[in-house]
This record gives sequence, C-alpha cells and structure tokens, in this order.
Amino acid sequence: MIRVENLVRTFGEFTAVNNISFEVQQGEIFAFLGPNGAGKTTTIKMLTTLLQPTAGRIELDGLDPAKQQKDARKRFGIVFQDPSLDSEQTAYENMELHGILYHVPRKLRAERIERLLKQFELWDRRDDFVKQFSGGMKRRLEIARGLLHTPKILFLDEPTLGLDPQSRNQLWTHVKKMNETEKTTVFLTTHYMDEADRVAHRIAIIDHGRIIAQGTAADLKESTGTESLEGAFLALTGESIRDESASSVDAMRNVAKMLGR
Amino acid sequence: METVYILWLRELKRYTRSRVQIITSLGQPVLYLVALGFGLGPVFQRAGNGSYLQFIAPGVIAMSVLFMCIFSGISILWDRQFGFLKETLVAPVSRMQIMVGRTLGAATVAMTQGLLVFVVCLIIGFRPHSWAALPQAAVFVALVAINFAALGTAFGSIIKDMQGFPLVMNFVAMPMFFLSGALFPLWGLPKALAVVTHIDPLSYGIDGLRGALTGAWYFSFTHDFAVLVLVAAGFLLLGSYFFSKIQM
Ligand SMILES: Nc1ncnc2c1ncn2[C@@H]1O[C@H](COP(=O)(O)OP(=O)(O)OP(=O)(O)O)[C@@H](O)[C@H]1O
Ligand SMILES: [Mg+2]
Repeated sequence: MIRVENLVRTFGEFTAVNNISFEVQQGEIFAFLGPNGAGKTTTIKMLTTLLQPTAGRIELDGLDPAKQQKDARKRFGIVFQDPSLDSEQTAYENMELHGILYHVPRKLRAERIERLLKQFELWDRRDDFVKQFSGGMKRRLEIARGLLHTPKILFLDEPTLGLDPQSRNQLWTHVKKMNETEKTTVFLTTHYMDEADRVAHRIAIIDHGRIIAQGTAADLKESTGTESLEGAFLALTGESIRDESASSVDAMRNVAKMLGR
Repeated sequence: METVYILWLRELKRYTRSRVQIITSLGQPVLYLVALGFGLGPVFQRAGNGSYLQFIAPGVIAMSVLFMCIFSGISILWDRQFGFLKETLVAPVSRMQIMVGRTLGAATVAMTQGLLVFVVCLIIGFRPHSWAALPQAAVFVALVAINFAALGTAFGSIIKDMQGFPLVMNFVAMPMFFLSGALFPLWGLPKALAVVTHIDPLSYGIDGLRGALTGAWYFSFTHDFAVLVLVAAGFLLLGSYFFSKIQM
C-alpha cells in the first residue's frame, strides 16, 4: 500500500531524511518510531504531498504523491502532529468543513460528526469556538476530524500527544476497529512505546534520518536482547537527548525563513 | 463547488464575527476623509478643482478595498502559522478550488467593507452625481476587490512568516495607494509620476469608481474596465500558480 525507496529530503546543508526505504502492506498497522528530530514528520509530509522529496521514490496505492497529488490525496487521511484546526470556527464547523473537503455526503456527514463528537466527548461543546478549548480538547477534535472520512490509509503523527488515558484508549480502540473492519492501512508515529507495542503489527526505527531497524516488536526485542520495546528502542538509538542539533537547525530555519527561502 | 463555497463562507464568517475590527477598520478612511477632505478642501477649491471631498471619496473607498484584500490574502500566513492551511492542502480537492474559494471570499469581504466606507462617505457629506450610476460603481469595486484579493493570495503564498507582512504593506500596498490618483488628479503630473500612475492598476480602479460616482473620468469606462479585467486575469493566474506551489 505504501512503498518508499531511497527517499531523501534535505533542508539546505542538513539532511533530515537520509535514503530510507520501507514497505507497508495493505491492512497493516505500521509504527514509525524515533527520537525527536529523527525525520518522522518530514517523511509523513512527503508521503502526504505537503513536501517534495529531494530524491527517491514514493508509491501510495500505486500513485506518486509528488506527481499525482490529487489522486493520492483521495487515498489517505491524516492527523497532524502540529495543530491544524481553524480556531475561529466552532468544533462543529471544523468537522463540517472537513466533511465537505473530503466529499462525505451530507446525511452520512451529520451522522458521523455526531457519533465522533460524542465518542470524544465534545458533543456538548460542539458550538463553542475552538480557541476556547483546552489543549487536550483541541487534540481530541483533531482526532475526531481525522476519523470523519474513511480513507484507505490513515497517517497518525503522534496522535496521542497531550491526551488523557481515556481518550488514548478511545483512539486506539477506534483505529484497531477501522483496521479490522475496513482494512485501513495505518502509518503512525508515537513516543509512547507501549502504544506501539500494543497496536502496531510492524515497527521501523528511524534515527538521524536513517532507518536503523525494522520488524515486529518481538523481533526488535529479540535482536537487542531486551524485555520491552522501550528497552529495545533505547538500545538501538542510545541514551543521549537529540535536541542540541535541532535547536541550531531551528535557528537556521528562522534565518532562512526571514530571507524568504 | 461545495469546496469553493465552504471556503468562501469561512472568509465571510471570519469577517462578520470580528465586529470590533470592522468598526476600527473604518477609522482610517474617516481620518482620510475628514483630515484631507476638509483640511485640503480650501486649497483644492482655490485651485479651481471643485470639492476635494467629492474627489477623494472614491479614492478612499478603493483604498479600504485594497487594504482589506491585502489583509485577507495575508491571512494565508495566519493559517500557515496556526496550521489550518495544512488541513486544506492535504484534502482531495484541487488547489485551484481552494485558491478560488479563498480569493472570492476575500473579495466579497473587501466589497462589503467598500460598501460600509461608501455609507461613511455619504454621512460625511459625499454625494454621487447620479444614483443611477451606482451599479457601475459596484462593478469597479468588484473588479478592484478581485484584482487585489488575487494579488493578496499570491503574496500570502510566497511569504512564509509574519515578518513579510510589513514588507508587503510598505512596499506594495502603500505605494499602490499613494501613486494611484486616489489623492490627486492625474492631469498635468511630472513625467515620471505620470508613468508610474499609469502602471499602477489601482489607478484604473479609482478612475472607474470616480467616473461612475462623480462623472469625472480621466481614462474612460471601457479603458478602465478592460485594463482591470486583463490585470485581474494575470493576478489570478499568478495567485493560483504560487498557491499551487506552497510546501509546508
Ligand atoms: N522546514 C524545515 N526547514 C529546516 N529544517 C527542518 C524543516 N523541517 C524539519 N526540519 C529538520 O528536520 C529534522 C527532522 O524533523 P522532523 O520534524 O521530521 O522530526 P520528527 O522525527 O518528527 O521529530 P519529533 O519527534 O520531534 O516530532 C529536524 O532536525 C528538523 O529541525
Ligand atoms: Mg514529528
């Protein structure tokens, strides 16, 4: 369903995604794990037509998202890591707008919006402006919105970031159900190893833009001789924190932005 | 079609929900009308040009349309900053539809603003030479709105963050306004200024609006209309080109 070959993305001198290759089968739940700044979001952006690859090939359901953009977009849904709601509109209006953009027929749209807003306990707040929501409520709305249409491929970029345990449970239950009943292919990233361990069929670990390991959770534990996925992750990626380089890159990124690049 | 409509509606909602902003945005035109209209009025009169208020009112209406368009275009930047832009860009609709919805929304908002300023002009003492000419005036307001909403979209798509906004205001919107004949007649200008005013597309919008409202044309209806339609086509192409090239 997803095939990536020798994918590269550079930002100026910096290589964020460095020659990665992987495949995700139809109906598979695939977790993409890695420390901060590893290149997960950059990869998702290239898979979802938001960013052009520097080099390499991508196939989404047989389509090239860099060229057949609109057709490729029909195949997937996405929950972004960063906020993407319209804070000047109400929760319901945000859902409605999404439903229209994704061509969900009116009647079905109303039904699903109600069901999802109830499921994520936002139904009572549906007519409130998103700017008045708490961080977690916004996150819940992003997720409810992402599940409104039923795509072939679902991208979830750290969907549980900032969510309470109840909502996390709701999310993963829903995602697993979609995966089982509709054979939705799921591509997810998370920093909670227990979630990946629980839901993912297969896992790839990316660090400094390179994939350093792939396999089932059991494979990864076995090859590193560790008890938990967290242990395996740390064994593979080391103990050091990755933010030093990211901050200097961020500074550079700001300068580049100011120069309009 | 529904995509265009919902994005158009979003722009409108955003405008009508910010009542305070609507009121405050009328401050600037009022200032121009009162300070310049009445302040420079006597000088203008003595020079034998008639009422200055009558003269600048169309210019001030066009100005508010122009600025509103640029603001709306720049709202792409806000949407980029707050992330909503991504949501529209990954949707299975063409970028063209998104761009058209946004641009038409911005143009509609700007026209509404123009109408409000027209009412303000009436209150301050402006009188159109004939009420029958109002539909003609509306045509020019609409053309100005579409032109600059498209240009605003183009700038909103190129610029990546808020630092770029004053740049567009100071180096595009302001010069366009001041060099357009909004504040002075186009007759007998120094050569260089005359050339610049003829290049500025806003000059044709203002001449058309002024012609419709006061009966005094520098160019002519057909001339203004043709130029504005051509330039609008160019700006729309430019806007949709740059919008289609946005990466996150
Ligand atoms: N537009 C950009 N310009 C310059 N550098 C960028 C840009 N986008 C991302 N980067 C850099 O690319 C690297 C990978 O970023 P990415 O967002 O893909 O990381 P990530 O794996 O999603 O991390 P996190 O877990 O923190 O979300 C980082 O070092 C980041 O600073
Ligand atoms: Mg990320």
